Amino acid sequence: MTPEPATTPTAAARASAWARLRDSDILASFLASKVTMVSAFVTVVMLAGAAFAPWIAPTNPFDPASVDLLNSLLPPRWVEGGDPQFLLGTDNQGRDLWSAILYGMRVSLIVGVCGVAIAATLGISLGLLAGYLGGRLDAFIMRVADIQLTFPAILIALVIDGVVRALFKGVAREHTAFGVLVVSIGLSFWVQYARTIRGSTLVEKNKDYVQAARLIGIPAPLIMLRHVLPNVIGPVLVILTINLALAIITEATLSFLGVGLPPTQPSLGTLIRIGNDFLFSGEWWIVAFPGITLAAFVLAVNMVGDWLRDALNPKLR
Amino acid sequence: MTDAPLVQVTGLRRVFDVSKPWLDRVVAREPRQTLKAVDGVSFEIRRGETFALVGESGSGKSTVARMVVGLLPPSAGEVVIDGVSMTDRKDAARRARLRRRIQMIFQDPYASLDPRWRVGDIVAEPIRAFNLARDRREVEHRVGEGLKLVGLDPADARKFPHEFSGGQRQRIAIARALAAESDFIVCDEPTSALDVSVQAQILNLMRDLQDRLGLTYLLISHNLAVVRHMATTIGVMYLGRLVEVSPARDVFAAPRHPYTRMLLDAVPDLAMSGRPRTPVQGEIPNPIAPPSGCTFHPRCGLADERCRREAPATIEGVACHAVAEGRAGAARPARAAGG
Ligand SMILES: Nc1ncnc2c1ncn2[C@@H]1O[C@H](COP(=O)(O)OP(=O)(O)OP(=O)(O)O)[C@@H](O)[C@H]1O
Ligand code: SF4
Ligand SMILES: [Mg+2]
Repeated sequence: MTPEPATTPTAAARASAWARLRDSDILASFLASKVTMVSAFVTVVMLAGAAFAPWIAPTNPFDPASVDLLNSLLPPRWVEGGDPQFLLGTDNQGRDLWSAILYGMRVSLIVGVCGVAIAATLGISLGLLAGYLGGRLDAFIMRVADIQLTFPAILIALVIDGVVRALFKGVAREHTAFGVLVVSIGLSFWVQYARTIRGSTLVEKNKDYVQAARLIGIPAPLIMLRHVLPNVIGPVLVILTINLALAIITEATLSFLGVGLPPTQPSLGTLIRIGNDFLFSGEWWIVAFPGITLAAFVLAVNMVGDWLRDALNPKLR
Repeated sequence: MTDAPLVQVTGLRRVFDVSKPWLDRVVAREPRQTLKAVDGVSFEIRRGETFALVGESGSGKSTVARMVVGLLPPSAGEVVIDGVSMTDRKDAARRARLRRRIQMIFQDPYASLDPRWRVGDIVAEPIRAFNLARDRREVEHRVGEGLKLVGLDPADARKFPHEFSGGQRQRIAIARALAAESDFIVCDEPTSALDVSVQAQILNLMRDLQDRLGLTYLLISHNLAVVRHMATTIGVMYLGRLVEVSPARDVFAAPRHPYTRMLLDAVPDLAMSGRPRTPVQGEIPNPIAPPSGCTFHPRCGLADERCRREAPATIEGVACHAVAEGRAGAARPARAAGG
């Protein structure tokens, strides 16, 4: 019981999230879990690999000049017939698989993260509004959500792609593809966030701490942001990580169907698709390495998400 | 000026729509259903006094409390606090100023404090909302003072609510209620979620604060022992109606309404008179389809034909035909002790 603190408490609570992280037990709980540490390590390494791909990768798979068709379908270096130049072998176009994975990771991540960000922002806002304000707005938003669910992501992407093509006739696909993908993914995944947030908001808004805030005249938008949102956001962190994986897979599907990114800019998902065609003819590496990379990344991100959910809940600390 | 009651509640009424969703109703050919949670409740609270509302679960006590503080709009009737109507739209500006002076302490201290906020921020919220401090230092100073006032350490401001026991949390809730220098505090079952050993501490703290700060309480409880310890005036509610309003001393010494007597008889030896305890008889009826006439008649030993037909008017604080007709017998402290 030191007498000094009277000044610090509220200051500490209002300080940045980083200050909270430093002061709290989050760091300790992080260091206590080996699985979390390994997952975080894997995540960071992969993110770094994606971010610094141009500096790490031996070749640029997007540059047709660096690709030689004569090198196609070479196995990994340590397998008989492998070429020391290509660590993980090459694909059907002679691209270095290791470089393609690094670059593909980058493409997949950017599309996935942006798509999920749109979905989450849209879903969280609408869910919060629907749950807190209730009434007709709630009924309307949730009906739209129901209808939305009957449209698969692919259909949404096709429609948006069609609209964009009609609107921007002269513009090359390379420039519009990214936007179409991200918006399609955003519109396909928001419902889950909205439903989760709405459900918890319905519970939280009747709790007395919300009544106490209403009593002193805190306006509804502030109550939603400061009181309700922090109490309902927990489960979303986990959905986010699972969604990121789904978004990356959706992107692969869309790209394969020709709605997504052009095949000259392969994402991780595109590589897996390509590799799939060669699985039965014995060229296992084309599907195996991008597949392992994707799986490892998705798993690691999920683990970190799980830990984050528990760590951010003061009741469980 | 000071003689005027601080709180005046007149003809307060609240009807809830408890109908099934429209489509279900149409399919089943059912009419709309309404529930009169509060029906024609009137009372006054003088400055510095504690007005207690008692009654069984579902009698509408919390609904009255929520309407008095302005969390729930009444279907009819008026709440006037310090001359300002809480229900009249025209008084909006004065009502906003008044809001600072009205606070509430809730039943469950585990739900009334935001689990993600630090105690310091919880107590500071009203101070910030009403701009009562110039800068952060002053906010912190006030928070520290508030925590000391309720017997907590100013250093507790840095902790989260879950680090405290139920009693301590209720102290935090009290500190928040007093942070904006409010003088009218509505307490909805402030101790019923707490351990028996802690209840007395919280009640003593509330009394102590009332003496020191001149607070006015509207206290809601179904525990007559709690009410006896605190109240100056008692209002007894039954199925949304106020059936008796009397000074606390009279209620315990000479309860008049048959329902008040029944509640008192159920309290284990409140008067230390050695009388046996009679459990409350019957159950509170379904409020969606309340009994005709006096809604207490199915449980009342004095009920007659008139009671079943005609709802009693409130005369001298009691709504009962038998009392008005003088056939309720002499007011008595308790059945066994009086007989
Ligand atoms: N929002 C609501 N919608 C429908 N009915 C309600 C609502 N709030 C309260 N009621 C009903 O109104 C009646 C009175 O409820 P209230 O909570 O005021 O009782 P109470 O005296 O506080 O009871 P308790 O001692 O259980 O807290 C009950 O029958 C309850 O079911
Ligand atoms: S009015 Fe009749 S039924 Fe109601 S309490 Fe009085 S005697 Fe009993
Ligand atoms: Mg209640």
